[in-house]
Amino acid sequence: MINIAFIVVPIILGYFIGRHLEKKHYISIREREVELAYLPLSVIKRPLKPELVKQSRLVNGSVVISIDRFKRLLASLRNFIGGNVSAYESLLDRARREAILRMKQDAIGADEIINIRLETSSISKNSRKGSIGSVEVLAYGTALKY
Amino acid sequence: MYITNIETIPNKTIVEQYGIVSGSTVRAKHIGRDFMASIKNIFGGELKGYTELLGESREEALKRMQQQAESLGANAIVNVRFSTSSVASGAAELYVYGTAVSVQ
Repeated sequence: MINIAFIVVPIILGYFIGRHLEKKHYISIREREVELAYLPLSVIKRPLKPELVKQSRLVNGSVVISIDRFKRLLASLRNFIGGNVSAYESLLDRARREAILRMKQDAIGADEIINIRLETSSISKNSRKGSIGSVEVLAYGTALKY
Repeated sequence: MYITNIETIPNKTIVEQYGIVSGSTVRAKHIGRDFMASIKNIFGGELKGYTELLGESREEALKRMQQQAESLGANAIVNVRFSTSSVASGAAELYVYGTAVSVQ
């Protein structure tokens, strides 16, 4: 009985609290995206007008984000039938957008960020089940000041 | 020292190239953070302890790369790339590399 409670309680808690936290995170992401929308991003390798550039430096932003127990259960059920694992999609979406926002915050004072690279790595793999617990996303690029 | 991840330093010319420079750190998290993270894992969301830890280690790796470039006599590093790999369950390696050059 106690064993079952140890499995079920985190899943229920994960469902309610995890959903609440995700909603809150998305609201804050949207707000900050509007705030920082003035800073253009691009993946070009060379500045369009290099003769105008006064300053250039490396900027980066990273975040480690973890999935809740309920979604992990959903994802493992998904493994039986295949298809879109939407539980992980939202996790990675949140992580990428957050990392880009932090990179932009690091670049405050600059006029443009070019050559952006995004790198994803799973840092705590659950060796027992082989499922991904949390991901790290790093965004980096070159901030230019005109 | 100028550091960018594009192929040049805009508005400057590269006069000398010194080859690849790199820096790496392997960090493990401590028990307190690990415990908090395992609780956070139930609810999902950001693991702030890990974010800070990886951020600090990345800064450290950057600093080491910079020192190496300075010892070669370079004043800029171009085309910088980061890479992360988890070597053990509790540790992560952060590696950063680039090309050391002299610019004018």
